[in-house]
Amino acid sequence: MEELYKDLILFHWKSPQNYGKLKDANKSFFLENPFCGDAIKMEAKIEKGKIKKIKFSGKGCIISKASASLLTEYAKGKSIEEIKKLDKDFVLKLLGIELSPTRLKCALLPLEVLQKLVQLKEK
Amino acid sequence: MIDIKKIKKDFPIFKNHPDLVYLDSAATSLKPKRVIEKIVEYYQDYSANIHRGIYQISEKATKEYEETREVVANFIGANPSEIAFTKNTTESLNILANSLVEKFTQRGDEILISILEHHSNFVPWQIAAKKRGLKIKILDIDKEGKLKIKDLKNLISKKTKIVSLSFVSNVLGTINPIGEISEIVKKKQKDIIFVVDGAQAVPHFKVNVKDLSIDFLAFSGHKMLGPTGVGVLWGREELLNEIEPLNYGGGMIEKVEIEETVFQKAPFKFEAGTPPIASVIGLKEAIFYLEKIGMEKIQEHESELTNFALEKIKKEFGKKIKIYGPKKRAGVIAFNFKNYHPHDISQILASEKVCIRAGHHCAMPLHKRLNTVATCRASFYLYNQKEDIEKLIFGLKKVEKILG
Repeated sequence: MEELYKDLILFHWKSPQNYGKLKDANKSFFLENPFCGDAIKMEAKIEKGKIKKIKFSGKGCIISKASASLLTEYAKGKSIEEIKKLDKDFVLKLLGIELSPTRLKCALLPLEVLQKLVQLKEK
Repeated sequence: MIDIKKIKKDFPIFKNHPDLVYLDSAATSLKPKRVIEKIVEYYQDYSANIHRGIYQISEKATKEYEETREVVANFIGANPSEIAFTKNTTESLNILANSLVEKFTQRGDEILISILEHHSNFVPWQIAAKKRGLKIKILDIDKEGKLKIKDLKNLISKKTKIVSLSFVSNVLGTINPIGEISEIVKKKQKDIIFVVDGAQAVPHFKVNVKDLSIDFLAFSGHKMLGPTGVGVLWGREELLNEIEPLNYGGGMIEKVEIEETVFQKAPFKFEAGTPPIASVIGLKEAIFYLEKIGMEKIQEHESELTNFALEKIKKEFGKKIKIYGPKKRAGVIAFNFKNYHPHDISQILASEKVCIRAGHHCAMPLHKRLNTVATCRASFYLYNQKEDIEKLIFGLKKVEKILG
Protein backbone atom coordinates (compact mmCIF):
# COMPACT_ATOMS: atom_id res chain seq x y z
CA MET A 1 0.00 0.00 0.00
CA GLU A 2 2.81 2.39 0.82
CA GLU A 3 4.19 2.33 -2.71
CA LEU A 4 0.95 4.01 -3.68
CA TYR A 5 2.43 7.23 -2.46
CA LYS A 6 5.68 7.02 -4.34
CA ASP A 7 7.55 10.05 -5.60
CA LEU A 8 5.99 10.23 -9.05
CA ILE A 9 2.47 10.32 -7.64
CA LEU A 10 3.35 12.78 -4.92
CA PHE A 11 5.12 15.00 -7.45
CA HIS A 12 2.03 15.18 -9.63
CA TRP A 13 -0.16 15.83 -6.61
CA LYS A 14 2.02 18.62 -5.26
CA SER A 15 2.86 20.15 -8.65
CA PRO A 16 0.04 19.12 -10.93
CA GLN A 17 0.87 19.60 -14.59
CA ASN A 18 -1.57 21.46 -16.81
CA TYR A 19 -3.54 22.66 -13.82
CA GLY A 20 -5.76 25.65 -14.40
CA LYS A 21 -8.13 27.16 -16.92
CA LEU A 22 -7.76 27.29 -20.67
CA LYS A 23 -8.98 30.56 -22.18
CA ASP A 24 -9.18 29.47 -25.78
CA ALA A 25 -10.68 26.05 -25.10
CA ASN A 26 -13.29 24.83 -27.55
CA LYS A 27 -14.32 21.85 -25.47
CA SER A 28 -14.77 21.24 -21.76
CA PHE A 29 -16.16 18.46 -19.65
CA PHE A 30 -16.78 17.98 -15.93
CA LEU A 31 -17.46 14.90 -13.85
CA GLU A 32 -17.55 14.18 -10.16
CA ASN A 33 -17.64 11.16 -7.99
CA PRO A 34 -20.10 12.08 -5.25
CA PHE A 35 -18.99 9.06 -3.26
CA CYS A 36 -15.68 10.66 -2.32
CA GLY A 37 -16.01 14.18 -3.66
CA ASP A 38 -13.41 13.90 -6.42
CA ALA A 39 -14.31 16.41 -9.12
CA ILE A 40 -12.39 16.94 -12.34
CA LYS A 41 -12.92 19.45 -15.11
CA MET A 42 -10.90 19.36 -18.32
CA GLU A 43 -10.76 22.04 -20.97
CA ALA A 44 -9.10 21.51 -24.30
CA LYS A 45 -8.41 23.15 -27.59
CA ILE A 46 -8.95 20.51 -30.22
CA GLU A 47 -8.17 21.18 -33.86
CA LYS A 48 -8.27 18.81 -36.80
CA GLY A 49 -8.91 15.88 -34.50
CA LYS A 50 -5.88 16.60 -32.33
CA ILE A 51 -5.49 17.95 -28.83
CA LYS A 52 -3.50 21.16 -29.11
CA LYS A 53 -3.83 22.33 -25.53
CA ILE A 54 -5.39 20.86 -22.44
CA LYS A 55 -5.84 21.89 -18.82
CA PHE A 56 -7.60 20.44 -15.84
CA SER A 57 -8.99 21.79 -12.60
CA GLY A 58 -10.91 20.41 -9.68
CA LYS A 59 -10.41 18.82 -6.34
CA GLY A 60 -9.93 15.37 -5.01
CA CYS A 61 -7.55 12.85 -3.60
CA ILE A 62 -3.95 12.36 -4.55
CA ILE A 63 -4.67 9.52 -6.93
CA SER A 64 -7.27 11.42 -8.93
CA LYS A 65 -5.12 14.52 -9.16
CA ALA A 66 -1.97 12.64 -10.12
CA SER A 67 -3.93 10.68 -12.69
CA ALA A 68 -5.35 13.88 -14.22
CA SER A 69 -1.92 15.47 -14.27
CA LEU A 70 -0.28 12.49 -15.97
CA LEU A 71 -3.13 11.97 -18.41
CA THR A 72 -3.24 15.59 -19.57
CA GLU A 73 0.53 15.48 -20.04
CA TYR A 74 0.13 12.41 -22.21
CA ALA A 75 -2.86 13.77 -24.11
CA LYS A 76 -1.11 16.82 -25.57
CA GLY A 77 -0.71 16.38 -29.30
CA LYS A 78 -2.61 13.08 -29.37
CA SER A 79 -5.51 12.41 -31.70
CA ILE A 80 -9.07 11.78 -30.63
CA GLU A 81 -8.75 8.22 -31.86
CA GLU A 82 -5.68 7.62 -29.71
CA ILE A 83 -7.44 8.98 -26.64
CA LYS A 84 -10.51 6.82 -27.25
CA LYS A 85 -8.35 3.69 -27.15
CA LEU A 86 -6.94 4.34 -23.67
CA ASP A 87 -8.06 1.99 -20.93
CA LYS A 88 -7.69 1.18 -17.27
CA ASP A 89 -4.41 -0.63 -17.72
CA PHE A 90 -2.92 2.36 -19.47
CA VAL A 91 -3.79 4.65 -16.57
CA LEU A 92 -2.34 2.20 -14.07
CA LYS A 93 0.83 2.02 -16.16
CA LEU A 94 1.08 5.79 -16.20
CA LEU A 95 0.69 5.89 -12.44
CA GLY A 96 2.96 2.90 -12.00
CA ILE A 97 0.89 1.37 -9.21
CA GLU A 98 -1.77 -1.17 -8.52
CA LEU A 99 -5.05 -0.09 -6.98
CA SER A 100 -7.88 -1.63 -5.02
CA PRO A 101 -11.34 -1.38 -6.60
CA THR A 102 -12.32 1.59 -4.42
CA ARG A 103 -9.26 3.60 -5.34
CA LEU A 104 -9.42 2.57 -8.98
CA LYS A 105 -12.42 4.88 -9.34
CA CYS A 106 -10.22 7.80 -8.29
CA ALA A 107 -7.65 6.97 -10.94
CA LEU A 108 -10.18 6.42 -13.70
CA LEU A 109 -12.30 9.54 -13.21
CA PRO A 110 -9.83 11.73 -15.18
CA LEU A 111 -9.76 9.17 -18.01
CA GLU A 112 -13.53 9.23 -18.21
CA VAL A 113 -13.51 13.02 -18.32
CA LEU A 114 -10.83 13.04 -21.03
CA GLN A 115 -12.57 10.48 -23.21
CA LYS A 116 -15.94 12.14 -22.92
CA LEU A 117 -14.34 15.48 -23.66
CA VAL A 118 -12.74 14.42 -26.93
CA GLN A 119 -15.96 12.79 -28.07
CA LEU A 120 -18.08 15.89 -27.51
CA LYS A 121 -19.80 17.10 -30.63
CA GLU A 122 -18.49 20.34 -32.13
CA LYS A 123 -20.53 23.30 -30.99
CA MET B 1 -12.29 -0.85 34.73
CA ILE B 2 -12.32 -3.11 31.75
CA ASP B 3 -9.66 -5.78 31.46
CA ILE B 4 -8.64 -5.22 27.85
CA LYS B 5 -6.18 -8.07 27.66
CA LYS B 6 -8.88 -10.45 28.68
CA ILE B 7 -11.41 -8.95 26.31
CA LYS B 8 -9.04 -9.09 23.35
CA LYS B 9 -8.64 -12.81 23.96
CA ASP B 10 -12.38 -13.22 23.49
CA PHE B 11 -12.16 -11.91 19.91
CA PRO B 12 -10.53 -14.49 17.61
CA ILE B 13 -9.78 -11.83 14.97
CA PHE B 14 -7.00 -10.50 17.21
CA LYS B 15 -5.41 -13.92 17.19
CA ASN B 16 -5.40 -13.93 13.40
CA HIS B 17 -4.34 -10.28 13.16
CA PRO B 18 -2.35 -9.49 16.31
CA ASP B 19 -1.46 -5.96 15.11
CA LEU B 20 -4.98 -5.03 14.09
CA VAL B 21 -6.01 -1.56 15.22
CA TYR B 22 -9.71 -1.61 14.52
CA LEU B 23 -11.23 1.85 14.76
CA ASP B 24 -14.34 1.30 12.67
CA SER B 25 -16.86 -0.14 15.08
CA ALA B 26 -19.41 2.48 14.10
CA ALA B 27 -19.54 0.63 10.77
CA THR B 28 -19.61 -2.83 12.28
CA SER B 29 -18.26 -4.44 15.41
CA LEU B 30 -15.91 -7.39 15.80
CA LYS B 31 -17.38 -10.65 17.08
CA PRO B 32 -16.53 -12.51 20.26
CA LYS B 33 -15.84 -16.22 20.13
CA ARG B 34 -19.04 -17.20 21.90
CA VAL B 35 -21.14 -15.50 19.22
CA ILE B 36 -19.25 -17.32 16.47
CA GLU B 37 -19.54 -20.60 18.34
CA LYS B 38 -23.25 -20.12 18.80
CA ILE B 39 -23.74 -19.74 15.06
CA VAL B 40 -21.74 -22.91 14.47
CA GLU B 41 -23.73 -24.67 17.18
CA TYR B 42 -27.00 -23.91 15.39
CA TYR B 43 -25.74 -25.20 12.05
CA GLN B 44 -24.19 -28.29 13.58
CA ASP B 45 -26.69 -29.24 16.23
CA TYR B 46 -30.18 -28.06 15.37
CA SER B 47 -30.21 -26.39 11.96
CA ALA B 48 -33.92 -26.81 11.38
CA ASN B 49 -36.51 -24.19 10.58
CA ILE B 50 -38.36 -22.53 13.44
CA HIS B 51 -42.01 -22.43 14.48
CA ARG B 52 -43.10 -25.26 12.21
CA GLY B 53 -41.39 -28.55 12.82
CA ILE B 54 -42.87 -30.86 15.38
CA TYR B 55 -39.63 -32.61 16.02
CA GLN B 56 -36.86 -32.14 18.48
CA ILE B 57 -34.27 -30.10 16.55
CA SER B 58 -36.87 -27.69 15.20
CA GLU B 59 -38.27 -27.22 18.68
CA LYS B 60 -34.77 -26.54 19.95
CA ALA B 61 -34.17 -23.95 17.19
CA THR B 62 -37.51 -22.30 17.98
CA LYS B 63 -36.69 -22.20 21.66
CA GLU B 64 -33.31 -20.56 21.05
CA TYR B 65 -34.86 -18.08 18.62
CA GLU B 66 -37.70 -17.08 20.92
CA GLU B 67 -35.35 -16.88 23.89
CA THR B 68 -33.41 -14.28 21.93
CA ARG B 69 -36.57 -12.21 21.68
CA GLU B 70 -36.83 -12.28 25.45
CA VAL B 71 -33.18 -11.41 25.91
CA VAL B 72 -33.40 -8.48 23.49
CA ALA B 73 -36.59 -7.26 25.16
CA ASN B 74 -35.01 -7.45 28.56
CA PHE B 75 -31.92 -5.63 27.27
CA ILE B 76 -33.93 -2.53 26.30
CA GLY B 77 -36.67 -2.73 28.93
CA ALA B 78 -39.40 -3.92 26.57
CA ASN B 79 -41.79 -6.86 26.27
CA PRO B 80 -40.92 -9.76 23.95
CA SER B 81 -44.14 -9.17 22.03
CA GLU B 82 -42.77 -5.77 21.04
CA ILE B 83 -39.55 -7.08 19.49
CA ALA B 84 -39.58 -7.84 15.76
CA PHE B 85 -36.48 -9.21 14.09
CA THR B 86 -35.53 -7.51 10.85
CA LYS B 87 -32.45 -7.53 8.64
CA ASN B 88 -30.89 -4.44 10.21
CA THR B 89 -31.63 -0.88 11.32
CA THR B 90 -32.19 0.11 7.71
CA GLU B 91 -34.91 -2.46 7.24
CA SER B 92 -36.55 -1.53 10.53
CA LEU B 93 -36.66 2.11 9.44
CA ASN B 94 -37.95 1.19 6.00
CA ILE B 95 -40.81 -0.73 7.56
CA LEU B 96 -41.65 2.31 9.65
CA ALA B 97 -41.33 4.85 6.84
CA ASN B 98 -43.66 2.81 4.68
CA SER B 99 -46.17 1.74 7.24
CA LEU B 100 -46.40 4.82 9.42
CA VAL B 101 -46.76 7.11 6.44
CA GLU B 102 -49.46 4.88 5.02
CA LYS B 103 -51.37 4.57 8.27
CA PHE B 104 -51.03 7.97 9.88
CA THR B 105 -50.50 10.65 7.26
CA GLN B 106 -52.40 12.54 4.63
CA ARG B 107 -51.21 14.71 1.79
CA GLY B 108 -49.72 17.94 3.14
CA ASP B 109 -48.67 16.49 6.50
CA GLU B 110 -45.13 16.81 7.80
CA ILE B 111 -42.33 14.59 9.00
CA LEU B 112 -39.48 15.95 11.08
CA ILE B 113 -35.98 14.49 10.84
CA SER B 114 -32.59 16.12 11.42
CA ILE B 115 -29.62 17.14 9.34
CA LEU B 116 -27.34 14.67 11.11
CA GLU B 117 -29.23 11.54 10.13
CA HIS B 118 -27.60 8.52 8.52
CA HIS B 119 -29.06 7.92 5.06
CA SER B 120 -31.09 5.06 6.50
CA ASN B 121 -33.07 7.51 8.61
CA PHE B 122 -33.24 10.04 5.82
CA VAL B 123 -33.91 8.41 2.48
CA PRO B 124 -36.83 6.12 3.49
CA TRP B 125 -38.71 9.16 4.85
CA GLN B 126 -37.83 11.27 1.84
CA ILE B 127 -39.13 8.62 -0.56
CA ALA B 128 -42.26 7.82 1.44
CA ALA B 129 -42.97 11.54 1.76
CA LYS B 130 -42.67 12.06 -2.00
CA LYS B 131 -45.10 9.24 -2.68
CA ARG B 132 -47.69 10.59 -0.29
CA GLY B 133 -47.11 14.31 -0.85
CA LEU B 134 -45.70 15.09 2.58
CA LYS B 135 -43.22 17.73 3.61
CA ILE B 136 -39.93 16.81 5.24
CA LYS B 137 -38.76 19.30 7.82
CA ILE B 138 -35.16 19.31 9.01
CA LEU B 139 -33.92 20.02 12.50
CA ASP B 140 -30.55 21.74 12.20
CA ILE B 141 -27.40 21.50 14.32
CA ASP B 142 -25.50 24.27 16.07
CA LYS B 143 -21.81 25.11 15.71
CA GLU B 144 -20.82 22.35 18.07
CA GLY B 145 -22.81 19.73 16.21
CA LYS B 146 -25.70 19.44 18.65
CA LEU B 147 -29.31 19.45 17.57
CA LYS B 148 -30.93 22.87 17.92
CA ILE B 149 -33.58 21.76 20.36
CA LYS B 150 -34.83 25.33 20.69
CA ASP B 151 -36.05 25.14 17.10
CA LEU B 152 -38.28 22.16 17.84
CA LYS B 153 -41.26 24.17 18.98
CA ASN B 154 -41.34 26.15 15.76
CA LEU B 155 -40.72 23.17 13.53
CA ILE B 156 -43.56 21.13 14.95
CA SER B 157 -46.97 22.06 13.67
CA LYS B 158 -50.39 20.51 13.68
CA LYS B 159 -49.38 18.82 10.47
CA THR B 160 -46.41 17.04 12.02
CA LYS B 161 -47.26 13.36 12.26
CA ILE B 162 -43.88 11.68 12.66
CA VAL B 163 -40.56 12.67 14.21
CA SER B 164 -37.62 10.39 13.52
CA LEU B 165 -34.20 11.10 15.04
CA SER B 166 -31.04 9.20 15.71
CA PHE B 167 -29.96 8.72 19.30
CA VAL B 168 -26.26 9.13 18.44
CA SER B 169 -24.78 10.67 15.31
CA ASN B 170 -22.62 8.18 13.44
CA VAL B 171 -20.35 11.04 12.33
CA LEU B 172 -20.28 13.68 15.05
CA GLY B 173 -20.81 11.32 17.96
CA THR B 174 -23.40 13.74 19.31
CA ILE B 175 -25.61 12.05 21.88
CA ASN B 176 -29.00 13.57 21.29
CA PRO B 177 -31.06 14.05 24.46
CA ILE B 178 -33.82 11.82 23.15
CA GLY B 179 -35.66 11.74 26.48
CA GLU B 180 -35.87 15.51 26.59
CA ILE B 181 -36.68 15.86 22.89
CA SER B 182 -39.41 13.24 22.94
CA GLU B 183 -41.03 14.96 25.88
CA ILE B 184 -40.99 18.33 24.16
CA VAL B 185 -42.49 16.75 21.06
CA LYS B 186 -45.18 14.80 22.88
CA LYS B 187 -46.05 17.79 25.04
CA LYS B 188 -46.58 19.90 21.97
CA GLN B 189 -48.65 17.19 20.33
CA LYS B 190 -49.16 13.85 21.97
CA ASP B 191 -50.24 12.04 18.80
CA ILE B 192 -46.94 12.54 17.02
CA ILE B 193 -45.20 9.23 16.48
CA PHE B 194 -41.64 9.34 17.71
CA VAL B 195 -39.11 7.05 16.03
CA VAL B 196 -35.53 6.60 17.22
CA ASP B 197 -32.63 5.27 15.18
CA GLY B 198 -30.67 3.55 17.91
CA ALA B 199 -27.97 1.98 15.73
CA GLN B 200 -25.11 3.89 17.38
CA ALA B 201 -26.66 3.99 20.84
CA VAL B 202 -27.92 0.56 21.89
CA PRO B 203 -24.49 -1.10 21.43
CA HIS B 204 -22.75 1.51 23.58
CA PHE B 205 -24.90 2.45 26.55
CA LYS B 206 -27.97 1.33 28.40
CA VAL B 207 -31.11 2.29 26.50
CA ASN B 208 -34.38 1.65 28.28
CA VAL B 209 -37.45 2.34 26.18
CA LYS B 210 -39.57 2.70 29.29
CA ASP B 211 -37.56 5.76 30.30
CA LEU B 212 -38.24 7.53 27.02
CA SER B 213 -41.44 8.91 25.55
CA ILE B 214 -40.79 7.18 22.26
CA ASP B 215 -42.84 4.85 20.10
CA PHE B 216 -40.30 2.98 17.98
CA LEU B 217 -36.62 2.08 18.21
CA ALA B 218 -34.51 0.53 15.49
CA PHE B 219 -31.05 -1.02 15.87
CA SER B 220 -28.70 -3.59 14.34
CA GLY B 221 -27.19 -6.73 15.79
CA HIS B 222 -23.89 -6.47 13.93
CA LYS B 223 -22.94 -3.19 15.57
CA MET B 224 -23.30 -4.74 19.04
CA LEU B 225 -21.01 -7.77 18.66
CA GLY B 226 -23.74 -9.80 16.98
CA PRO B 227 -23.84 -11.34 13.51
CA THR B 228 -24.74 -9.43 10.37
CA GLY B 229 -28.22 -9.98 8.96
CA VAL B 230 -30.25 -9.36 12.09
CA GLY B 231 -31.74 -6.10 13.26
CA VAL B 232 -34.43 -5.16 15.71
CA LEU B 233 -37.59 -3.15 15.48
CA TRP B 234 -39.08 -2.28 18.83
CA GLY B 235 -42.47 -0.62 18.92
CA ARG B 236 -45.29 -0.06 21.36
CA GLU B 237 -47.45 -3.12 21.06
CA GLU B 238 -50.67 -1.37 20.07
CA LEU B 239 -48.84 0.54 17.34
CA LEU B 240 -47.06 -2.55 16.05
CA ASN B 241 -50.42 -4.25 15.77
CA GLU B 242 -51.86 -1.28 13.92
CA ILE B 243 -49.29 -0.94 11.15
CA GLU B 244 -48.71 -3.06 8.06
CA PRO B 245 -45.62 -5.18 7.56
CA LEU B 246 -43.33 -4.60 4.61
CA ASN B 247 -43.07 -8.23 3.53
CA TYR B 248 -45.79 -10.81 3.15
CA GLY B 249 -45.50 -14.57 2.86
CA GLY B 250 -44.77 -17.57 4.97
CA GLY B 251 -44.45 -17.60 8.72
CA MET B 252 -46.54 -14.49 9.41
CA ILE B 253 -49.93 -15.95 8.63
CA GLU B 254 -52.93 -16.72 10.77
CA LYS B 255 -55.20 -17.76 7.93
CA VAL B 256 -55.17 -17.55 4.15
CA GLU B 257 -58.24 -17.82 1.97
CA ILE B 258 -58.50 -17.18 -1.73
CA GLU B 259 -59.92 -13.71 -1.15
CA GLU B 260 -58.28 -12.68 2.05
CA THR B 261 -55.46 -13.22 4.52
CA VAL B 262 -55.30 -12.75 8.26
CA PHE B 263 -51.84 -12.05 9.66
CA GLN B 264 -50.46 -13.15 12.96
CA LYS B 265 -50.14 -10.54 15.65
CA ALA B 266 -47.02 -8.49 16.11
CA PRO B 267 -44.16 -9.18 16.23
CA PHE B 268 -44.58 -12.27 14.04
CA LYS B 269 -46.34 -10.45 11.23
CA PHE B 270 -43.12 -8.53 10.57
CA GLU B 271 -41.09 -11.70 10.12
CA ALA B 272 -42.27 -13.15 6.83
CA GLY B 273 -40.18 -15.93 5.37
CA THR B 274 -37.45 -17.92 7.06
CA PRO B 275 -35.49 -15.44 9.17
CA PRO B 276 -31.70 -15.49 9.65
CA ILE B 277 -32.06 -18.00 12.47
CA ALA B 278 -28.36 -18.44 13.23
CA SER B 279 -27.84 -14.68 13.33
CA VAL B 280 -30.77 -14.13 15.65
CA ILE B 281 -29.52 -16.80 18.01
CA GLY B 282 -26.03 -15.33 17.77
CA LEU B 283 -27.40 -11.95 18.85
CA LYS B 284 -28.50 -13.50 22.12
CA GLU B 285 -24.91 -14.47 22.87
CA ALA B 286 -23.73 -10.97 21.94
CA ILE B 287 -26.12 -9.46 24.47
CA PHE B 288 -25.05 -11.97 27.12
CA TYR B 289 -21.48 -10.93 26.47
CA LEU B 290 -22.27 -7.21 26.69
CA GLU B 291 -24.21 -7.77 29.90
CA LYS B 292 -21.39 -9.78 31.38
CA ILE B 293 -19.00 -6.89 30.85
CA GLY B 294 -21.68 -4.37 31.81
CA MET B 295 -23.04 -1.53 29.68
CA GLU B 296 -22.01 1.08 32.26
CA LYS B 297 -18.44 -0.13 32.14
CA ILE B 298 -18.44 -0.18 28.36
CA GLN B 299 -19.73 3.37 28.24
CA GLU B 300 -17.17 4.51 30.78
CA HIS B 301 -14.36 2.82 28.88
CA GLU B 302 -15.36 4.36 25.55
CA SER B 303 -15.77 7.76 27.10
CA GLU B 304 -12.28 7.57 28.58
CA LEU B 305 -10.79 6.48 25.26
CA THR B 306 -12.63 9.21 23.37
CA ASN B 307 -11.44 11.93 25.70
CA PHE B 308 -7.92 10.56 25.54
CA ALA B 309 -8.04 10.56 21.73
CA LEU B 310 -9.49 14.07 21.51
CA GLU B 311 -6.81 15.46 23.80
CA LYS B 312 -4.02 13.56 22.12
CA ILE B 313 -4.99 14.67 18.62
CA LYS B 314 -5.26 18.25 19.77
CA LYS B 315 -1.92 18.12 21.53
CA GLU B 316 -0.05 16.48 18.66
CA PHE B 317 -1.57 18.27 15.70
CA GLY B 318 -3.26 21.41 16.99
CA LYS B 319 -5.13 23.23 14.26
CA LYS B 320 -3.80 20.98 11.52
CA ILE B 321 -6.57 18.54 12.37
CA LYS B 322 -10.13 19.77 12.38
CA ILE B 323 -12.40 17.70 14.61
CA TYR B 324 -16.13 17.80 14.03
CA GLY B 325 -18.74 17.45 16.74
CA PRO B 326 -19.20 18.33 20.40
CA LYS B 327 -16.74 17.80 23.23
CA LYS B 328 -19.01 15.46 25.14
CA ARG B 329 -19.78 12.67 22.72
CA ALA B 330 -19.99 8.96 22.05
CA GLY B 331 -16.94 7.03 20.84
CA VAL B 332 -16.91 8.53 17.36
CA ILE B 333 -14.42 11.12 16.10
CA ALA B 334 -14.72 12.58 12.62
CA PHE B 335 -11.89 14.78 11.43
CA ASN B 336 -10.02 16.30 8.54
CA PHE B 337 -6.26 16.68 8.36
CA LYS B 338 -4.78 19.68 6.50
CA ASN B 339 -5.79 19.53 2.84
CA TYR B 340 -5.34 15.76 2.60
CA HIS B 341 -8.19 13.78 1.17
CA PRO B 342 -9.64 11.32 3.75
CA HIS B 343 -9.12 8.45 1.34
CA ASP B 344 -5.41 9.13 1.18
CA ILE B 345 -5.20 9.41 4.96
CA SER B 346 -7.07 6.19 5.47
CA GLN B 347 -4.93 4.38 2.90
CA ILE B 348 -1.68 5.38 4.58
CA LEU B 349 -3.10 4.47 7.99
CA ALA B 350 -4.04 1.07 6.55
CA SER B 351 -0.38 0.46 5.81
CA GLU B 352 0.10 0.70 9.59
CA LYS B 353 -2.82 -1.70 10.14
CA VAL B 354 -4.93 1.15 11.50
CA CYS B 355 -8.48 0.78 10.21
CA ILE B 356 -10.53 3.95 10.12
CA ARG B 357 -13.28 4.97 7.75
CA ALA B 358 -13.05 7.71 5.14
CA GLY B 359 -15.88 9.21 3.16
CA HIS B 360 -19.30 10.57 3.92
CA HIS B 361 -20.32 7.71 6.25
CA CYS B 362 -23.77 7.57 4.67
CA ALA B 363 -24.50 11.08 5.88
CA MET B 364 -24.19 13.30 2.81
CA PRO B 365 -26.63 15.99 3.97
CA LEU B 366 -24.61 16.35 7.16
CA HIS B 367 -21.33 16.61 5.28
CA LYS B 368 -22.80 19.28 3.06
CA ARG B 369 -23.90 21.10 6.19
CA LEU B 370 -20.36 20.79 7.55
CA ASN B 371 -19.10 22.15 4.26
CA THR B 372 -16.94 19.18 3.40
CA VAL B 373 -17.39 16.22 1.06
CA ALA B 374 -15.67 13.69 3.25
CA THR B 375 -14.19 13.12 6.67
CA CYS B 376 -12.02 10.55 8.38
CA ARG B 377 -13.76 8.73 11.18
CA ALA B 378 -12.30 6.76 14.07
CA SER B 379 -14.76 4.94 16.29
CA PHE B 380 -14.23 2.90 19.43
CA TYR B 381 -15.68 -0.07 21.25
CA LEU B 382 -14.94 -2.17 24.29
CA TYR B 383 -11.95 -3.96 22.70
CA ASN B 384 -10.06 -0.74 21.93
CA GLN B 385 -7.31 0.59 24.14
CA LYS B 386 -5.08 3.62 24.47
CA GLU B 387 -2.38 1.89 22.47
CA ASP B 388 -4.75 1.89 19.50
CA ILE B 389 -5.02 5.65 19.72
CA GLU B 390 -1.27 5.98 20.01
CA LYS B 391 -0.94 3.93 16.85
CA LEU B 392 -3.48 6.18 15.17
CA ILE B 393 -1.41 9.21 16.16
CA PHE B 394 1.74 7.49 14.89
CA GLY B 395 -0.02 6.72 11.62
CA LEU B 396 -1.21 10.29 11.24
CA LYS B 397 2.34 11.51 11.72
CA LYS B 398 3.38 9.18 8.94
CA VAL B 399 0.65 10.64 6.75
CA GLU B 400 2.10 14.08 7.31
CA LYS B 401 5.62 12.83 6.62
CA ILE B 402 4.59 11.30 3.30
CA LEU B 403 2.22 13.99 2.12
CA GLY B 404 4.06 16.95 3.57
